[in-house]
Amino acid sequence: MSITVSDVSRRFGSTTALHPLSLEIKQGEMVGLLGPSGSGKTTLLRIIAGLEAPDSGSIHFGDRDVTRVHVRKRRVGFVFQHYALFRHMSVFENVAFGLRARPAGERPSNAEIRDRVQHLLERVRLDTLAKRLPAQLSGGQQQRVALARALAVEPEVLLLDEPFGALDAKVRLELRRWLRHLHEEFGFTSVFVTHDQEEALELSDRVVVMSNGRIEQIDTPQALYRAPANRFVFSFLGETNRFGGKHQNGRLQQGEAWIAMERSNIAPEEVLLRPHELMLTTAPDGRAHLPVRVDAVSPVGSDVRVELTADWMDTPWLASITHHDFDRLQPERGSELYVIPSRWHQFAPESP
Amino acid sequence: MKRIGDGAATRIGLIALAVIMTTLFLVIPLAGIFYQALAEGMAPFWQNLTSTFTREAIGLTLLIALLTVPINLVFGIFLAWLVTRFTFPGRRLLQTLIDIPFAVSPVVAGLLYLLLYGRTGWLGSILSEQDVQLMFAWPGMVLVTVFVTCPFVARELIPLMQAQGSAEEEAGVTLGAGGWTLFRRITLPNIRWALVYGVILTNARAIGEFGAVSVVSGSIRGETINLPLQVELLYQDYNTVGAFTSAALLAALAVVTLMIKAMLEWHTHRREKTA
Repeated sequence: MSITVSDVSRRFGSTTALHPLSLEIKQGEMVGLLGPSGSGKTTLLRIIAGLEAPDSGSIHFGDRDVTRVHVRKRRVGFVFQHYALFRHMSVFENVAFGLRARPAGERPSNAEIRDRVQHLLERVRLDTLAKRLPAQLSGGQQQRVALARALAVEPEVLLLDEPFGALDAKVRLELRRWLRHLHEEFGFTSVFVTHDQEEALELSDRVVVMSNGRIEQIDTPQALYRAPANRFVFSFLGETNRFGGKHQNGRLQQGEAWIAMERSNIAPEEVLLRPHELMLTTAPDGRAHLPVRVDAVSPVGSDVRVELTADWMDTPWLASITHHDFDRLQPERGSELYVIPSRWHQFAPESP
Repeated sequence: MKRIGDGAATRIGLIALAVIMTTLFLVIPLAGIFYQALAEGMAPFWQNLTSTFTREAIGLTLLIALLTVPINLVFGIFLAWLVTRFTFPGRRLLQTLIDIPFAVSPVVAGLLYLLLYGRTGWLGSILSEQDVQLMFAWPGMVLVTVFVTCPFVARELIPLMQAQGSAEEEAGVTLGAGGWTLFRRITLPNIRWALVYGVILTNARAIGEFGAVSVVSGSIRGETINLPLQVELLYQDYNTVGAFTSAALLAALAVVTLMIKAMLEWHTHRREKTA
């Protein structure tokens, strides 16, 4: 089932949660709505679900206009941020709820309900916990119950609000992979909300980056990371180091620090750099003169993260260097080094 | 390590104070009621208990409670639902207005109803044209009791429903549940203990209410006298044993109510522990 959002807007009192925006989601696609809190992503998701009504615009599921269709009749699966499991019902009854709530004519027989719930619980590996109450489960298990409950009614659209936000890192990674498999197996269209760029980039076929109730960019994760549309998208998608200064004599200069470059018309006074685009050396050369002091070193993961400070920075920089470089330079807290940027990015200043 | 304020002298002093206060202000008066009721032996006690007037007073008291509790049960649920599940202009004002029956003296409430629904009152004059008399009759007593006890259920439900939020109900709707299914299978099970608690409080107050009903009752013996009014009436008739018999009956009802309440609290506490 494809989803078409056309010119949807929403206000809450005097604050505009969503400016008129449009979005096409293809059948079977998995789309992540990514943005900081207050960017309107959850509001958009709730409008698609029908839990919230738009002030203007329309929502179509396939060819069917569902703008005025009640949530109950939209047949969407919705997974809530804090699971919203029915606390007084067993895991089994939670999953069975959607089937039991159907009008008498469409309701499957008790035996059929039992079989389907049992099958789903096996699918989410919770069949041994069917009799437990939600409070007796761990966060990850509760989230799996919530998913099974949403899937029990065989929705064509699955909507997830910060599905893994409240879980610890390891469980989150496992559930992500698992959701991806489930998505491929069932073939539903899914839209999920997250503020975690890694999660959005890993799970989605396409990512919708939002800020202040507007869509900033819609693209595949690769395209998004390689060609961010604007400064906001760039800085939201990863760690960002900023160098600001005045352009003179083929250099962007800030105090004693400078980077050699042509004057850019888009952003003449600023460049942005990713941590992996910084090289650390013991001496400056003709490309740049950026003296820094090492403030912290954390050798965790595939590369070493080095926090850098200097008088000419407005906020500390972060460099990620290979273990090989780390062994060669042996930087420690207080070491004086120089940065040579291998690449940089320039964007038009953000309109306030 | 010693905790602050945890000295033998402080502890013994505070416990002694609590015991003395409880004995002086609660236990002795309660025992006194039963002592006075039985002061002249079993026979007069039994005679008073089974007299026509007492039986009629018991009947009226139960009738008032029986009507008040369901009315305020439904009203309280609606009000709590409205206040916690919807936002609308004046929501905060409404939440404050709910407490008016608590803030206003019951006697004042009774007087207001008398002014409004009395024969010459604003609404009463219209009703009396239709030959409906509310004041100085049992319907008026039910009316003021409903007023006085209307916050109990809502007050129990609102904080709980606010804390629980509407996520579970939203989850229910997305799964296709209709309004009634939602209420019966999700909302009601989640609030049932608060509801029972609210009903117990409403019931206790409906049985014991004196101030408001005394204003609107008109003291017609055998017709508009409930147990609390009966206590006063008999006492002023110098029938001490009779007055204390009715009082003992009321006290017994109160004790039973409190015991049910304590049992429920113990039960919910245990549930929370095992959950």
